[in-house]
Amino acid sequence: MSLKIVVLAKQVPDTRNVGKDAMTPEGTVNRAALPAIFNPEDLNALEQALRLKEQNPGSTVSILTMGPPRATEVIREGLYRGADGGYLLTDRAFAGADTLATSYALAQAIKKIGMPDIVIGGRQAIDGDTAQVGPQVAQKLGLNQVTYVTSVSEVKDGEVTLTRHIDGGVEVVKAPLPILLTVTGGAAPCRPRNAKLVMKYKRASAPMERPAGELPYAEEYEKKPYLTVTQWGVADVDGDLRQCGLAGSPTKVKAVQNIVFKAKESKRLTAADADVEGLVKELLESHTIG
Amino acid sequence: MNNVFVYCEIDGTTVEEVSFELLTKGRKLANQLGVQLEAIAAGSGITGKVEKDILSYGVDKLHVFDAPGLFPYTSKPHTSILVNLFKEEKPQICLMGATVIGRDLGPRVSSSLTSGLTADCTALEIGDYDDKKTGKHYENLLYQIRPAFGGNIVATIVNPDHRPQMATVRSGVMKAEKVAEYYNGEIVYEDVAKYVPETDYVVKVIERHVEKAKNNLKGAPIIVAGGYGVGSKEGFDLLRKLAEELHGEVGASRAAVDAGFCEHDLQIGQTGVTVRPKVYIACGISGAIQHVAGMKESGIVISINTDPEAPINQIADYVITGAVEEVVPKMIKYYKENSK
Repeated sequence: MSLKIVVLAKQVPDTRNVGKDAMTPEGTVNRAALPAIFNPEDLNALEQALRLKEQNPGSTVSILTMGPPRATEVIREGLYRGADGGYLLTDRAFAGADTLATSYALAQAIKKIGMPDIVIGGRQAIDGDTAQVGPQVAQKLGLNQVTYVTSVSEVKDGEVTLTRHIDGGVEVVKAPLPILLTVTGGAAPCRPRNAKLVMKYKRASAPMERPAGELPYAEEYEKKPYLTVTQWGVADVDGDLRQCGLAGSPTKVKAVQNIVFKAKESKRLTAADADVEGLVKELLESHTIG
Repeated sequence: MNNVFVYCEIDGTTVEEVSFELLTKGRKLANQLGVQLEAIAAGSGITGKVEKDILSYGVDKLHVFDAPGLFPYTSKPHTSILVNLFKEEKPQICLMGATVIGRDLGPRVSSSLTSGLTADCTALEIGDYDDKKTGKHYENLLYQIRPAFGGNIVATIVNPDHRPQMATVRSGVMKAEKVAEYYNGEIVYEDVAKYVPETDYVVKVIERHVEKAKNNLKGAPIIVAGGYGVGSKEGFDLLRKLAEELHGEVGASRAAVDAGFCEHDLQIGQTGVTVRPKVYIACGISGAIQHVAGMKESGIVISINTDPEAPINQIADYVITGAVEEVVPKMIKYYKENSK
């Protein structure tokens, strides 16, 4: 059977390689100092979606992302790897959203796209590590959910069979479609970009990314509608402003602090034999070790 | 009404340790707020097997949901239990483990009740909050404290207007302490069908393999932990030798795990295991708050690092400025020479 698959993807600052300039002197995050990347586990999810597309001829894979216009980059990266299209959800009113307001916006967009057979995303994004958006989108759409998926084996007779990680082990699970899945970093890595697809989609962009004046390659955009990424604001997805962005977020940040450790008086030693032997002896004498 | 609730995680008929840790914290929060502590236990064939253990942590009222489809855990039935029970009971706080189950269940429940949820808290406190925009003053909110942004900052989150205030906490972060062996709490055996519609039982678990943890990081008195500075898988072999000599366990930072130097289950920190050993030997670990959150209650911290300014050195009792591959073999050598 052909499947309609929507991949939830997020552009995130690369918090894994944080340098000394990542924090401002005021203790806030200096986003400019961190490169924006495709959230790693969302790439694992994309790979599972592309595999399902290959196993089930006639299937389509769309990327859905919420963020500023430059987040269209994750849609392009998806197109380069075999996705069929993408949707950028962008609006000032979405800004400042916690996980609940984010899931509301994504759920509204999915309703607008038309109910998919499978919604699939990474387990969590590396800038928040909450793992909350997937299950919250599932709840808002009334979908079944399976989280921590490591591989989707097959879809047959309207049911999906998959393997998931649980604490201390694995589970094999069978569930009816439609369903929302979240995928962990333990799943297969995403395939690389396909050179032909890069050529085909390199000028794909959302309207808000384009310059205000005369559009270069205007003719090409006219001839090739697939180069225009669908871009939606709050009104396009029938969003209720009270449930979007900061206004729709039940959690508030009371305080943010740059963590300061309670500094201890530490004994400073070198790698010299005498220092190391002295330390080992000291620890042995105090019965700390041994 | 307005009580503190803890969702207890049950594997078969065994209550997971993280639930006892949360009950202990929940008891303290309830005392501070002058309310009762209530607990939820949902599973199959658990009646008569879990009640005494759960009550002993000072639970005033335990809601037991016992039905065939409730184990192994699937999302929808457990969500329905919490959502429908909370609609009746209106708790002010709900705590659950930041485990695979808690992180699957919590967001689904919070979305259903449009309440706020904070994941992976490292501390929970009660305090007041002033909303600068509306000028409103709130008393006795739950401060949900967690490292954020890859562990580079610590954020205090509050949910001023929505109930329950929900938080997940990782296993090992809080300490479990019984109140009394036989605590006189009320037990209610709930009618599961009243809370869970038949249509919720759609996801089928067809196979399940659970293995005992390969390491004993959580209970280890001595931990030799490696970071990115260890440099390679071979570097970790060296740490294993030291750990073996000292009868300890090997741990790792997220950077070392991400770099593929060792297995994921060795990760110590906010998104890994929380440990409190007698001795913590940090080898080539810079000490992101994310990591420190998982080991800061260690007894003695020894840091081995080429960078004399590594952040972890600030909380270390001993700082050895040098390369891991040079210092660790010397430690092994002098330990062997002096311990006999």
